[in-house]
Amino acid sequence: MATITKNPAPSNDATPGPLVKLPAPGARLATIAGSAVALAGTFMAWTWTSEFPGDLTVTGYPAGLQVLVLIGAALTLLFALSGQGIRGLGWLTPGGANAATRLTALGTLGTIGYTMGAIAAELGGVVNLEPGAWITGIGALIAAVAALALPFDQPYPADDSDPGAWARFRHSLTAPAAPRVSSKLPSWAEILIIVAGFALALIVFTYGIGTEGAEPFIGFLITVGFCFTGANRAGVVSRLTALTHKHRNVALTAAFAAALCFPLTQDNDYFALIGTNILIFATVALGLNVVVGLAGLLDLGYVAFLGVGAYTAALVSGTSSSVFDVQFPFWAAVLTGAGASLVFGVVIGAPTLRLRGDYLAIVTLGFGEIFRITVNNLNGKAGPDVTNGSQGITQIPDVVLFGWDLGQPLDIAGFTLGRNANYFLLMLFFTVIVVTVFRRSGESRIGRAWVAIREDETAATAMGINGFRVKLIAFALGATLAGLAGAVQAHVSYSVTPDSYKFASTAPPNSAFLLAAVILGGMGTVSGPLIGGALLFLIPAKLSFMENYQLLAFGLALIILMRFRPEGIIADRRKQLEFHDTGQLDVPEQRLPPEGGVSATKAGA
Amino acid sequence: MTSNGSSPVLDASGVTMRFGGLTAVRNVDLTVNSGEIVGLIGPNGAGKTTFFNCLTGLYVPTEGKVSYKGTVLPPKPHLVTQAGIARTFQNIRLFANMTVLENVLVGRHTRTKEGLFSALVRGPGFKKAEKESKERAMELLEFTGLAKKADHLSRNLPYGEQRKLEIARALASEPGLLLLDEPTAGMNPQETRAAEELIFAIRDQGIAVLVIEHDMRFIFNLCDRVACLVQGEKLVEGTPEVVQRDERVIAAYLGTPFEGAPGADELAEVEAAEAAAPSTNSRTEDAQ
Repeated sequence: MATITKNPAPSNDATPGPLVKLPAPGARLATIAGSAVALAGTFMAWTWTSEFPGDLTVTGYPAGLQVLVLIGAALTLLFALSGQGIRGLGWLTPGGANAATRLTALGTLGTIGYTMGAIAAELGGVVNLEPGAWITGIGALIAAVAALALPFDQPYPADDSDPGAWARFRHSLTAPAAPRVSSKLPSWAEILIIVAGFALALIVFTYGIGTEGAEPFIGFLITVGFCFTGANRAGVVSRLTALTHKHRNVALTAAFAAALCFPLTQDNDYFALIGTNILIFATVALGLNVVVGLAGLLDLGYVAFLGVGAYTAALVSGTSSSVFDVQFPFWAAVLTGAGASLVFGVVIGAPTLRLRGDYLAIVTLGFGEIFRITVNNLNGKAGPDVTNGSQGITQIPDVVLFGWDLGQPLDIAGFTLGRNANYFLLMLFFTVIVVTVFRRSGESRIGRAWVAIREDETAATAMGINGFRVKLIAFALGATLAGLAGAVQAHVSYSVTPDSYKFASTAPPNSAFLLAAVILGGMGTVSGPLIGGALLFLIPAKLSFMENYQLLAFGLALIILMRFRPEGIIADRRKQLEFHDTGQLDVPEQRLPPEGGVSATKAGA
Repeated sequence: MTSNGSSPVLDASGVTMRFGGLTAVRNVDLTVNSGEIVGLIGPNGAGKTTFFNCLTGLYVPTEGKVSYKGTVLPPKPHLVTQAGIARTFQNIRLFANMTVLENVLVGRHTRTKEGLFSALVRGPGFKKAEKESKERAMELLEFTGLAKKADHLSRNLPYGEQRKLEIARALASEPGLLLLDEPTAGMNPQETRAAEELIFAIRDQGIAVLVIEHDMRFIFNLCDRVACLVQGEKLVEGTPEVVQRDERVIAAYLGTPFEGAPGADELAEVEAAEAAAPSTNSRTEDAQ
């Protein structure tokens, strides 16, 4: 590999080439060889002591971070072989193999690099690295450097004749959109692919939840991030998305089934609790998506509606710490919680939604804080005793549904579902309701009116839409959905305290995180807030060592994401077209100048 | 609806609009009869768009009243649209990130009743209404020649088609009167002619049209009657021939020559100034 020469700026080349100069066949062979070596290295011991999380000491059996590197290296190998033109692998890379290879190779290098660094830092020096780690590291390095020498997947834009190294590096990671092909597969095979896709997603998700310690989780994030982007560039993701659009009901059922299987895969009830909390958080984020994503109303105090629902359900749950000596059945408690949130939503929304602009943001921000402080003060000293103040309402009894006590473990077909798994299933039911409500309301007269109001309120009212009424419906619906989730949350966590409903804190749910989940995940989509919510719940839970720096890191991550992917992780089709103008099928041919130019500026004015 | 031109669709009387000390529109009367195309002209800043906004409820007129088919209109835009007056905007205001079809479906809002509850339940009534709305919207897209682009985002349409889509969206609310605010601004001569034909076709469907335009050839070809607003007041109203020859209108557009000043110089200056600013005062004469 001594022949590799870095060439930062080709001055006389007509077309800018890849970062590293190397003949393409050689580069591909080197990538294949490098990733194969890295793959082999994961089967060897990386360190001598099991003190490092994940136990990387066993030869012949990869564990923890080794598994992640193994997957990264295997994907690199597959993409590189597909680029080589090996028969039977073409389906992997309909959009072009080189960018995908580069990304997965970089991801592999990133994970092994991080692992080696973490081992050295934690155990005190590089001496703690066993040969296996070095072999994998060198293999991954070779693969990554060689992958950088692979040709571009799409020609460099002609208008930038002498780009810098960074521009060429970024271009080398792009790929053209995969061509749309009418699939020749029979529909059962397509359905099977969808099912496999969701099963894979379930496995990845379960693995992420199950990682113990911060190091494997960071490795997990690196690997998943790079591999997902790689698969996206290769065009596999868009192919899969096209399939899910074609068989929409199958896809929804498969997603539901995958979620249903989640508690069965967990032998540890604690992970089921994390899953339940993720589900609550993500569901609330989806409810917020009605308000923010569809109707475009910035709600900065949304978590208060979750709190209203939770407190209401807690007060009528029959616990001894409630001032009301009533015990509603669960369904009635849920309806009461949702109803209370609805009332608060209308009370907050009615005076403010008549105004435009940022008033709503300010009022909701205020409402969120007022709710928390009021609940804190209704303690019998500063005010009437309703909520026990900062003690909160505790000892909320478990839900009993049709004589089935959710607090007791349940045995089904050889599996034992613990308490938290039961609540996971209960919450899943409500998530399905919220998803259905979101989809059905979004694709209807009222949903179109929401989007129209978001796009241009003046034009929307000129089209006969009663802006205030429609916005109030969105706001009240969002509040109701949060109240629904809050009622379940009260029972899951045994208690409700004012401190869990802040505007911003290091742990979800709070208003800032909810908003971030919607924006990170993708506004206006169903899966966006669910994925965003899962990520934003897991990251603080797993990286607790960052403590005070969490919000800082969170802010940085937000800025980076908004810079490089403003439409969020999952983009709905509209947003994708909105933020990335070029290369889309929908962009029409330009009109003839000069009138076209004049009118374009006028239209934008 | 008869097209003999006798029954008034729109009757605005004594409309005055003041913004603080500024009177943008002063005591303007205007009627539009069914089956009629009426033009509203005037120099920039004459108050044409303000008058439009008073008609459509975006502004509440300080004085005067506006009635549609005999009933006084409430000063709320969505109620005006519900009553049967639809409009387009001077600077196109489409729902940029909705598809062409969705834009037109939003226009159907006042003619459908399905609320949140029926959207969630999705009963047969809901499905029927959605289907009918889609059919009607596609008809309108066929009518305006945009059917092939139904799935495109409206922001990606070329300028001329955006104008057409705005008209289609307005027509979706099944209006009795269509208000067009500079429908040919920024268009080339071919597109202007196409717009002309489209407006005639709309009139032939029994919809009265009130149009603001700067393109004099367009307006005198199109309109049965033309009113000229200058500094917020109606200067003259009548057939295109009458308005075209009215000296006050010419003076309002080109200015009055000074006593003893050579008028030709003045005229050349004004024309040069207008030619230099085609984007704000687009005329087909400039393009040709």
